[in-house]
Amino acid sequence: MLSSPQHEATQPKTAGQVPVLAPGHNMRSITDKISDIVLKPKGGIGWVIGFAITFALTMQLLFSIGWLLLRGIGVWGNNQPASWAFDIINFVWWIGIGHAGTLISAILLLLRQQWRTSINRMAEAITLFAVANAGLYPLLHTGRPWLDYWLFPYPNTMGLWPQFRSPLVWDVFAISTYLTISLLFWYMGLLPDLATLRDRATGKIKRMAYGIFSLGWRNSARHWKTYEQAYFLLAALSTPLVISVHTIVSFDFAVSVIPGWHTTVFPPYFVAGALYAGFAMVLMVAIPVRKIFNIEDFITMRHIRNMSIIMLVSGLVVAYGYLTEGFAAWYSANPFEIDTVLLLRFVTGPYRVLAWLLIACNVVIPQLLWSSRVRSNTVLIWLISGVISVGMWLERFVIIVMSLTNDFLPSSWAMYAPTVTDIAMYTGTIGFFLFLLLLFIRFVPMISAFEMRELLHKVSHSGDHHSSSNDSQHGGEVVPVPGD
Amino acid sequence: MAHPVEHNDEGLYGLMAEYADADGLVQGIKKIRQAGYKEVDAFTPQPEHAVNDALGAKTIIPWIVLAGGVAGLLIGFGLQYWSSAIAYPLNVGGRPLNSWISFLPVTFEMTVLLAGLSAVFGTLALAGLPMPYHPVFNVPKFTEKNSRDGFFLLVKAEDPHFDYEQTQFLMSQSGAEGVYDVPK
Repeated sequence: MLSSPQHEATQPKTAGQVPVLAPGHNMRSITDKISDIVLKPKGGIGWVIGFAITFALTMQLLFSIGWLLLRGIGVWGNNQPASWAFDIINFVWWIGIGHAGTLISAILLLLRQQWRTSINRMAEAITLFAVANAGLYPLLHTGRPWLDYWLFPYPNTMGLWPQFRSPLVWDVFAISTYLTISLLFWYMGLLPDLATLRDRATGKIKRMAYGIFSLGWRNSARHWKTYEQAYFLLAALSTPLVISVHTIVSFDFAVSVIPGWHTTVFPPYFVAGALYAGFAMVLMVAIPVRKIFNIEDFITMRHIRNMSIIMLVSGLVVAYGYLTEGFAAWYSANPFEIDTVLLLRFVTGPYRVLAWLLIACNVVIPQLLWSSRVRSNTVLIWLISGVISVGMWLERFVIIVMSLTNDFLPSSWAMYAPTVTDIAMYTGTIGFFLFLLLLFIRFVPMISAFEMRELLHKVSHSGDHHSSSNDSQHGGEVVPVPGD
Repeated sequence: MAHPVEHNDEGLYGLMAEYADADGLVQGIKKIRQAGYKEVDAFTPQPEHAVNDALGAKTIIPWIVLAGGVAGLLIGFGLQYWSSAIAYPLNVGGRPLNSWISFLPVTFEMTVLLAGLSAVFGTLALAGLPMPYHPVFNVPKFTEKNSRDGFFLLVKAEDPHFDYEQTQFLMSQSGAEGVYDVPK
């Protein structure tokens, strides 16, 4: 039996509010529909074409990394004064994209937002793959990646220890912890669903593979008791973690003395930007996927609208961050800050077009989401999400490259342009991200089936305590019907 | 389900009853536990709080996570203090060697890391996983329905009250849709 707040959460509040789960489902139909995407894949040709393209891009990534290892980081365009450029832009961009996954899976779980259930698995996968791509950049930027273990504190014959007062060392701990915890959280959520696949798979190899990865999970109530608490605790741990990660990433800039970086607004503004970019990416993935795999019953318009609203809100926080950044620069009365953040960035600087493009992408165009007509149009939302992803990339370019290329001494000013290797590597990471996503969709249930069964159970019990949720005869009555 | 007349409890892991839904399972658990059985487990396709409560399931996982977090905190801070103030003292602009404020981010990350690791590996350890083979999988109905929409109750043969005929009778009287042998 549920308490009334949860009950209300699943009931349509206003006309036009769509439920979190389309009506007419029972436990078996949910499970079968989700696991059939993996066990009985349909429309293989589209997947094969996508796989081929993203595989080629992954090879391009590996090739550009190989070239980098062979020739050194001189093959990248960054050089003094722009010692950080594509590598850090893309690092921050990818890390930011990862943050929506943790927000959806952890923070919305703690807030008992039931609509998170059908999108959390996919969002967590996006987190993992984005963080994996992000991690590549600083590791490769060290120049001698085979010595990257020096980043970790271990007793060595050189008698050296890492400088723990440096944000770059904090970064090592933050990113590796984030990747580890995201992986564990994702795998832990997968465990019961892998057991379902093990029980349902027909081929011997599939049964063995899912059997190995499900670790022999058998849905024992005693195990569930531990599992649920551990899962909740992991969510509670991930919530401050995700905020700490982007805060620490922003410290890489904020703790320095470069004009345009040296500002205390960075941590909250970076976290908001991360959520903004992350929700844009989740929407960009979820909108086509729900169509292609015919899972609009599970990822309903309610999810799309809720995510659009969160995106709009975080976008407004980001816009406020831009204002504060400009205000702080002006109020500091420091000529270097004013020059970098206000004059060079928007008026006289060589990259001012990019700065205005950033404002258009991140501040102006997303205001369309105020309209509920726009929020009901998946094509428009998809396009706006794409624009935001571009805008967030531009934001990092503006902050990083524009601050470095125009610092204190005009004599050291220089332009930055990426090289072919830079671009090949960046497009390669996008391909690698999609490649991993395609593998994920093909081999792992992209919606958490056990949490969907739980959701069904909650929704069905919210109205009538005695109604039986698992009985297929009662399947039709278990979910509230849409208001309109 | 035709049982031999003279049943041999050797080779039997226990008896399993199937229920239509979670409410039925809760009633079944209550009946079985009232009869004094201790070695009882239930299986539900998703977490069911009522079932956990009826079973009296308890867990110490929060304490394990707390211990992991405290260990992470101590290790994280200790590592930084020891390496920065004792093993490799480095004077950076006259800052104190134990500049503890700068040590907070890594301390926090280590706390979360070890707490998270103990949450996951603690859960697996408490559940005795990985365990790819378990007698309950010998019941065909269980493997078919357990991870989709089946609600099952297990009484282990090692329970002192276990008596094949009596337990089976009790289970079938408790509203079960079927009672199955669980071979070892």
